Amino acid sequence: MQSIEQTLAATRMFRNLTREQLAALARLGEEVEYADGSRLMIEGEPADWFFVIREGFVALQTDAPSGAITIETLHNGDSVGWSWLFEPYLTHFDARSRGATQAIRFDAATLRVRCAEDRELGYELMRSFASVIVERLQATRLQLLDVYGRATVS
Amino acid sequence: MNVIVQSELGPGATVIVDRSALDSLLAAIAAQGYHVVGPTVGDGAIVYGDVSSSAELPVGWSDEQDGGTYRLRRRDDQAVFGYAVGPQSWKQFLHPPNLRLWRARRGEDGTGLEILEEPTPSPRYAFIGVRSCELHAIAIQDQVFLPGAHPDRAYAARREDILLVAVNCGEPGGTCFCVSMDTGPKASSGYDLALTEVLDGERHHFVVEVGTDRGALVLADVPHRAAHDADLAAAAEVTAGAVARMGREMPAVDLRALLLANYEHPRWDDVAERCLTCGNCTMVCPTCFCTSVEDTADLAGDEAERWRRWDSCFSLSFSHLTGGDARSSSRSRYRQWMTHKLATWVDQFGTSGCVGCGRCITWCPVGIDITEEVSAILSNPTPSADAT
Amino acid sequence: MTPRAHRVVSRRGETADTWTLALEPLPGEELPLFAPGQFGMLYAFGVGEIPISVSGASTALDPLRCTVRSVGSVSAALCATAPGDVVGLRGPFGSRWPLAEATAGDVVIVAGGLGLAPLRPAIHHVLAHRNEYGRVIVCYGGRSADELLFMSELEVWRGRFDLDIDVIVDIAGPDWHGKVGVVTKLVELAAFDPDRTFALLCGPEVMLRFGALTLRKRGVPVERCYISMERNMHCAIAQCGHCQFGPKFICREGPVQRYDEVEPWLKIGEL
Repeated sequence: MQSIEQTLAATRMFRNLTREQLAALARLGEEVEYADGSRLMIEGEPADWFFVIREGFVALQTDAPSGAITIETLHNGDSVGWSWLFEPYLTHFDARSRGATQAIRFDAATLRVRCAEDRELGYELMRSFASVIVERLQATRLQLLDVYGRATVS
Repeated sequence: MNVIVQSELGPGATVIVDRSALDSLLAAIAAQGYHVVGPTVGDGAIVYGDVSSSAELPVGWSDEQDGGTYRLRRRDDQAVFGYAVGPQSWKQFLHPPNLRLWRARRGEDGTGLEILEEPTPSPRYAFIGVRSCELHAIAIQDQVFLPGAHPDRAYAARREDILLVAVNCGEPGGTCFCVSMDTGPKASSGYDLALTEVLDGERHHFVVEVGTDRGALVLADVPHRAAHDADLAAAAEVTAGAVARMGREMPAVDLRALLLANYEHPRWDDVAERCLTCGNCTMVCPTCFCTSVEDTADLAGDEAERWRRWDSCFSLSFSHLTGGDARSSSRSRYRQWMTHKLATWVDQFGTSGCVGCGRCITWCPVGIDITEEVSAILSNPTPSADAT
Repeated sequence: MTPRAHRVVSRRGETADTWTLALEPLPGEELPLFAPGQFGMLYAFGVGEIPISVSGASTALDPLRCTVRSVGSVSAALCATAPGDVVGLRGPFGSRWPLAEATAGDVVIVAGGLGLAPLRPAIHHVLAHRNEYGRVIVCYGGRSADELLFMSELEVWRGRFDLDIDVIVDIAGPDWHGKVGVVTKLVELAAFDPDRTFALLCGPEVMLRFGALTLRKRGVPVERCYISMERNMHCAIAQCGHCQFGPKFICREGPVQRYDEVEPWLKIGEL
């Protein structure tokens, strides 16, 4: 298997990070594995972690009276969790593994402190996560358009 | 009268037919089996109808036309063709406003389907008094309906044996702009016979140019005499007069390029404030060809028909899609009509869709003037999206 | 052009409001051959005629299949036909998917909602000539699981080793265990070589634009992206004017069009 640093270097959202920055990030990561149905993140809990999926499938969910509703699913190369960057550092959704998921888990609490010291690293990471946030926002907008609603070929 | 039967009365020949022989011309055409249609006075306008004698033509009539205005008026002479085009065009004969395309029957067991194709008669029309702009309009509709893998049978049958007797304009209407569209006032091709009416004191005759053998064949039975240089000069003066008195002018620019670069021009909002989206312009336009079909069934549900009717890009449902109407604003519908007419028509059929007849200006209830709309965009073009 | 009578030989419900009709010409009549991407005009007796996606019949052996969503009076009448009923059909009309041009490279098929219907014959063609193509990828997005077309066939395709099919839905019910999100996500995840990829897209216009944008981000040149467009076809032979889209008659120049040739026009609102 690839080292954590290699995995990060191949992850699109981190393409702007320097070697040193990737190494710094990799030092805060650890390889983790989740069984089917286990939770990577729990809604409302402190957002002290974020993840990069190596191999697997993670569903972002929220509970409704009818049961858990999946809002979005995340896949190989996707990051899971951005609440660690923004006050009050609380997780917004459950992240649940579908099948076995291999991921890298990052110590976000420490990384936050590191970013405050190393503004360049902080800036690049903010850019990385901003690009993810933008992509997800665009996707959400598309979902809101409900384009398949009765507007397609007859 | 001095009757000269010319031996070389072929295409390219020019002769004189006296006013008094016009009935002879109409009779000769009818004698060849043509269904003769020409201008008449009806409903306070020049309209097309069956004509068997020159007395049924609008002798001594003219018209006054402007944006949203049309009035017949008496002339102070007995000119036969002393008016411009009216609300109708020849497309109503070649491309009828309502046409049954076919009928269908359920089979014996109630589940079958038998389609009975509508017969397509060939009425052998002779159109009398076709203006140059209208010859161009017919040629333009030919390009819509005839080429390709699926020519329109009804149009082709009506068009096939037609005799076109053109009249070169001496009296343009107030909304005419054929000179700037290069479509008149003198017929340059596409006619069987082309008449120029010369009326000068006692002298009243037609200078007749022969366009085809078919035209020559008709003319052979009509008293005529040789045309001299002076006659040709007199005829040329008639159309030159029309050029000089042309009511409107389309700006002499590449209209296609201008409009394609100005899809987002504020002028479309301006015209949308005035446009009622009534579709009059498309009904009177001699080239507008859009239709819709309507399917009907009898009460028992055993027989069905399909009718084709003129439709208009100004009607809301025209651009209907499953998710809504593609062109819901008047702005977009006027823009579709004008950009199609003057710009994308060129992409589709190789020519402009406008012949400068001015009908859309005259019959617009609020007097929207296509030449004025183009001028407004031209005077203040805004570079728009990169549509090409 | 008059419709020709065809008999409904079977009718399969795809979703709550969408049906696939299999049609056969009456005895002695020839089966019209629709190339993948072409469309037909389907006539319900006395009710009317609508353009329909031909979702099957690239070969003379198959019955012709048309997938129809019940949204108006004509489509409702067509969806309500029973085996043995007769409907009218005109066609084939319009352009085809660039399946000959796409050989030797990867083929990425992006479908949204009912857009899978006109792409189905293209998928069949590619699978029937599998060795002529590189990787074959189908990205299918739908509103929800119960609005996906051809479910049993999707399962069959999923089982093939020579076809990568992925499905994603906007809205997941409790029974959906697949991907949730928009179809562009599948395009981002898919493995293909952009330098030798042809992409075929069909679905709602918004999806087409975003799909093409994602393909461009992935490095697929816009002139190798093809979309199938919906417009209000009536005559289907470029004579009634309804389906005009700028200079094009979608019934004749389309419905399948090279994306770079329509892209500037897609940017003009209410065209």
